[in-house]
Amino acid sequence: MGHKTYHDITEDLVGPTEAAPTKLWMLGVIISVSLFSFGIFSLCWTFYFGIGAWNLNRTIGWGYDITNFVWWIGIGHAGTLISAILLLFRQRWRTGVNRAAEAMTIFAVMCAGLFPATHTGRPWFDFFMFPYPNTRGPLWVNFNSPLLWDLFAISTYFTISLLFWYTGLVPDFATVRDRAKGFRKKIYSFFAMGWTGKAKHWQRWEYLSLILAGIATPLVLSVHTIVSFDFATSVIPGWHTTIFPPYFVAGAIFSGFAMVQTLMIITRKLLKLEQYITINHIESMNKVILVTGTMVGSAYLIELFISWYSGYIYEQFAFYNRILGPYYWAYIGMMGCNVLAPQVFWSKKIRTSIWWTFFMSIFVNIGMWFERFVIIVTSLAKDYLPSSWSYYWPTWVEIGIYVGTFGLFFTCYLIFVRVAPVVAIAEVKAILKQYGDQYLGPDATEAPHEEHASH
Amino acid sequence: MAAKYKDVLFGLYNDETILMKAIKTAKAKHLDIMDVYTPFPVHGLDPLLGLEESRLHIVGFIFGLLGTLTALCGISFIFGGSLLFEGDWPTIFGGKPYWSLPAFIPITFELTVLFCGIGMTVVFYLICGMGFGVDNPVLHDRITDDKFCIAFQTNDMDDSGVDELKGFFNETGAEEVHTKQI
Repeated sequence: MGHKTYHDITEDLVGPTEAAPTKLWMLGVIISVSLFSFGIFSLCWTFYFGIGAWNLNRTIGWGYDITNFVWWIGIGHAGTLISAILLLFRQRWRTGVNRAAEAMTIFAVMCAGLFPATHTGRPWFDFFMFPYPNTRGPLWVNFNSPLLWDLFAISTYFTISLLFWYTGLVPDFATVRDRAKGFRKKIYSFFAMGWTGKAKHWQRWEYLSLILAGIATPLVLSVHTIVSFDFATSVIPGWHTTIFPPYFVAGAIFSGFAMVQTLMIITRKLLKLEQYITINHIESMNKVILVTGTMVGSAYLIELFISWYSGYIYEQFAFYNRILGPYYWAYIGMMGCNVLAPQVFWSKKIRTSIWWTFFMSIFVNIGMWFERFVIIVTSLAKDYLPSSWSYYWPTWVEIGIYVGTFGLFFTCYLIFVRVAPVVAIAEVKAILKQYGDQYLGPDATEAPHEEHASH
Repeated sequence: MAAKYKDVLFGLYNDETILMKAIKTAKAKHLDIMDVYTPFPVHGLDPLLGLEESRLHIVGFIFGLLGTLTALCGISFIFGGSLLFEGDWPTIFGGKPYWSLPAFIPITFELTVLFCGIGMTVVFYLICGMGFGVDNPVLHDRITDDKFCIAFQTNDMDDSGVDELKGFFNETGAEEVHTKQI
């Protein structure tokens, strides 16, 4: 960050929240809100006509809805990974991107949650999912079911991510508050929660952040593990594989980082944050994408090997059907986008190219969507009974709901970049003199102060 | 009886290294620092100010334990309840163990994390006297931007005491010195 002062950092990062919204931002909001409205319309259609409005049938009872759910949940994994795991590993580069990635996590989990919440077509009965003494027997929920574990995992994940994100935001909201005037000051005062920057408060704040990071780390691994249990604990060939938990977690990090890249590249350009979200950040994330993409690729191959090695014809058929069956195009999409495409990141030139990164991040997200579709739909389409074999493709209602979640996601993200600092101000300031051009030496506090006072 | 308002004399510094030196000087002169305010967490400040280690992790542990117990007891009670209590719809699993600990671990883990996270965060805001809409007095608007502040309480302090503090700020390189009643 060259010779920026603390005040420069404040100006750069608070600036976008103080400036009038640009036309491009307005256009983005209009498009996002329109998409979201279409999603709401599709949901209302579903609630009115029931889930008969979807193309699911007796053979393929899980389709577009759960594919999209798993896809969004996967995307939601990068935020906490960047915030929590990289914090624990003291990867300082995370400070440029953690705030936006955490926001992305929260919005992605909201989008994901929409699918299980509405998949019955009767969302007003959602409270049936919670264990409470009820008048239906009482009829208790089944604690042995991964679907119930999922409910707990996702609500916990959402809550902890929200707490983590908001606690990080409080000191930055205080910075915005202390620069604001009039009504704006009142609003930010409310959300800054009375933060003053006391030494003791900072000490507790760091403790809280570190412990939340500590507990969020196993949490982030548990969430996608539990999502994978939805499939792995079933008896469907192609689903009941023990490799699913690590394979799903790697895939989630893979797709999550890809979405962070997509958003970061757009955000840094629009908000002129190239000095904060640097090529180094992009390259580091591309390395994570390469590693996790390769892990996912090896999982695909191991799956194929194990199905052959099992000697179990139904398992073998499930994989034969995936590659050469009617959904062969989805398998090609999955392999091409997830395994082959990211291999270009072995080249440093491509890894550090904004355009390559942007297009590859889109490819990865498409590929990961195909992965979920392949796992879910192809495994169900041709079951044990050839007479019940079927083919599934979503109706406009199902597509509409999916499109609507994009609207929800981008509406939330666009509002977030307007009202909150996209880069964690206090964290960037804290590392300013520990690294880079303004490095003060191993013990920063002992450095002679005279030369800094002259700045 | 403590005064209703605090008269505060505070100095603003431009850099954390100057701040640290100033604190050391203050300690050497046995000046009673009321508080230090910074725009970001300055490492090395806590031992210098003699701040005790935070006990938030103990709070986290206790709440986490509470979550574990809530999950295990709750699930056991509900499962047991559906067998024992008249009228409950029995949950039947074909051939599988009725009380199956491995199946309870995911939810137990999630509730442990949930209770720990919420408990610790709520306690953090409570002990810091913070919350939505709370309007704690801010000594100076630049403290959350780029200024590092040392504050002294000057209630019941005579003029010579205040002068000594002003001299201290002057000597240690404070850029600005202000007074405020909070």
